[in-house]
Amino acid sequence: MRETPTVKKGDVVLSMRHIAKYFPGVKALDDVQLDLRAGEVHALMGENGAGKSTLIKVMTGVYERTSGTVTLHGQDINPKTPQEAQDLGISTVYQEVNLCPNLSVAENVYIGRQPMRFGQIDWHRMNADAVKLLESLDIHVDVTKTLDSYSVSVQQMIAIARAVDMSAGVLILDEPTSSLDSNEVAQLFAIIRHLRDQNMAILFVTHFMDQVYAISDRITVLRNGRYIGEYLAKDLPELDLVTKMIGQKFVDANTQAHRPSKDYSTVRFVRMEDISKRGLVHDFSMAVRAGEVLGLAGLLGSGRTEVAELLFGVTHFDDGVIYVGNDEVKRMNPRKALADQLGYCSEDRKVSGIVGDLSIRENIMLSLQAKKGLRRIPLKKQQEVAQKYIDLLDIKTPSMEKKIGDLSGGNQQKVLLARWLATDPKLLILDEPTRGIDINTKREIENLIVKLSRQGMAIIFISSEYEEMVRTCDRIIVLRDRHAVGELTDNQISQDNIMKVIAGGVAQ
Amino acid sequence: MLAKLRIKNTALAAAVGIFAILFIAGSVMYPNFLSLRVLLNLLINNAYMIVLAGGVCFTILTGGIDLSIGAVVAMTSMIAASLLRSGMNAYLVIAICLLTGVVFGTVQGLLIQYFGLHPWIVTLAGMFFARGACYLISVEAIPIKNQAFYNISQFKLYLGPGRFISLNVIVALVFLALCLYLAKFTKFGRTTYALGGNRQSALLMGLPVARTKILVYTFSGFSATLSGLMFTLYTLSGYGLNANGAEMDAIAACVIGGVSLYGGIGSLFGPFIGVLVAGVIRTMVDFQGTLSSWWTKIFVGTLMLFCIVLQAVIVEREKARKADAQQKKRKKKEPAPAELAEAKS
Repeated sequence: MRETPTVKKGDVVLSMRHIAKYFPGVKALDDVQLDLRAGEVHALMGENGAGKSTLIKVMTGVYERTSGTVTLHGQDINPKTPQEAQDLGISTVYQEVNLCPNLSVAENVYIGRQPMRFGQIDWHRMNADAVKLLESLDIHVDVTKTLDSYSVSVQQMIAIARAVDMSAGVLILDEPTSSLDSNEVAQLFAIIRHLRDQNMAILFVTHFMDQVYAISDRITVLRNGRYIGEYLAKDLPELDLVTKMIGQKFVDANTQAHRPSKDYSTVRFVRMEDISKRGLVHDFSMAVRAGEVLGLAGLLGSGRTEVAELLFGVTHFDDGVIYVGNDEVKRMNPRKALADQLGYCSEDRKVSGIVGDLSIRENIMLSLQAKKGLRRIPLKKQQEVAQKYIDLLDIKTPSMEKKIGDLSGGNQQKVLLARWLATDPKLLILDEPTRGIDINTKREIENLIVKLSRQGMAIIFISSEYEEMVRTCDRIIVLRDRHAVGELTDNQISQDNIMKVIAGGVAQ
Repeated sequence: MLAKLRIKNTALAAAVGIFAILFIAGSVMYPNFLSLRVLLNLLINNAYMIVLAGGVCFTILTGGIDLSIGAVVAMTSMIAASLLRSGMNAYLVIAICLLTGVVFGTVQGLLIQYFGLHPWIVTLAGMFFARGACYLISVEAIPIKNQAFYNISQFKLYLGPGRFISLNVIVALVFLALCLYLAKFTKFGRTTYALGGNRQSALLMGLPVARTKILVYTFSGFSATLSGLMFTLYTLSGYGLNANGAEMDAIAACVIGGVSLYGGIGSLFGPFIGVLVAGVIRTMVDFQGTLSSWWTKIFVGTLMLFCIVLQAVIVEREKARKADAQQKKRKKKEPAPAELAEAKS
């Protein structure tokens, strides 16, 4: 570690005051505070879009702040590039390992600042230094081996070693655990504790509740770009933390208002049994029946979307079995899923859903065409189908030949739905179908979901808005840390209970 | 220094093995094949290619490519021949040629870096440009009659009676040593590997990504003109059709020598071995006498395919092996939530 002003445990090392960051039309951060203290692990918590990453990017010079002050060891700083922040001694370890897999461990630690001797790289000293540094962090590896000979967790530790070596007492860990399994997380935590005991000020960002409480001393909560508060971890129960992150007092009484009658059949259309995928989902089982709306709830990163992608074959599971009807599926892929009458309306419609330059009609026809194979569906038939769904879903457009990119978000979402409905699926997976669309369209989509299920379709519904899950779902499986941690049925279905289960409690 | 170079690269080891097998096969099949002279001729005939392949190897290591080098060889021969014909001093001509290569390469590098253009496109344009420039100078071959230049070309280092190497071989071997040194012992070299390994990481680790990316094309341009000069010394003439397709031979040499076209992996020793492998095949075709020279291309093509498949197989095996090892490791350990819970309380 390089020379730093001497600090005592508990001294504020890095302080961010009244930080604001505006993007055109958006206040990403508004009057946010953050104090990192020596010898403490500080967790930064908030839902997706709460401003965690923006705050870190301001701190590390990726973004320039609009207003506010940042002080490091009492000095005002204003890094404008990551390099500048690094030079000031603010080191960051990112979610993805940002090292080079083809270089040796030692080189990854020292590249860019290799020890030189007679104008050439002193490999001998570099290797020796690397061994010393890594041993001091209790990491035992062969430093001359290439980085890719080690697992992601070891790579992540090496990234931390590099960061620590360049740091002036501040270490930022931006979701370093998101691709690690629990053993590996434990190893990583041992190192973090070790660094904490050496009076490092550590900022830790994660989606995992367990991990927050396992490692952090203090918690700062952000919500919608605003500062909610700073708390000692031991004084903030998990349920309170979730409440603060989500910002809802969940005493909503009309939980049963729009729930469909439960007249679904007993035939389980799709079953997943003990499905695991390293780093994504662990031992997940579920069954969904025809005519049922099954909700998958959980915080972002809990494994909801991953389950959907495994089911539809976007990613392939390592272990477990999927049954579609009575058929066992060893390896799912989207074409097969389509043939089995599964539909998947993906989370981010811009990235993986709509084809912006094609017309509404063409977008609606995509999946049906894919299912039908190479023979082109006649235009007349296409127009019929498109018109049917434009009417059914009340898609507001002057013409079916308009580019989908020109529609509003809500109408784009409807077109996506239409695309899948056109394939006549028996199971439809909807991942955040209502994100970013207006309240009326939301209600329309909720109603449609209920209606479709009553017509005998099985639906898997994923949403971050528990309110709408409560309104539409017959059954909710709650995920947390890539596991299913609870299942809510009948009267148990309420926002309150979802949150309790997420926070590690038991539903009432 | 060479002793320090452990052959970690399996594909490179395979290339060395292939070279040995081919050489032994040649020795068994043809009398007189196994001789110092054949080996020395191999170096003499391929010296310019060793330099060409070494230069382009750096661009490949960053994940890029330089397609212009073959044309630059021809352009260099034309520039040198025409300047010599006009009576310019031979040493000055050499200096001018090398400078041309540096400028040519740097411009390509700048275009690639600052306009975000794909190296393939930029250097393809560079290839057309250089080839066109040859015919701008002259559509016919220009013989070289300059005495000083002739003298340089006739320099021989005798290793025994009737056994010698030309200046080109010495230059090629010095150049090889330079490449090995650059790659292993300079920050430039290591950044080249880092760039090929993961460009985003290289940026985030604060490495001089832009500079390195430009410099590899500068170096490639420089080596192409150096190679062009060697080629000119070898043929003693300039001609626009010289070294036609040499860029592909150079790239093939890199691939055979275990340099990954994805970047980041491979030793600078690889292109050298790759050139020798192709050279041995050519020698064998010559010895056979009845085969057309196209057989060389067919052999080299087959070999290259073999090398690529070999690389792919090795990479896959390695992956599988690692996955297995990790699986085993995980199964041994106790599940960890207990540890987490403990820490929590």
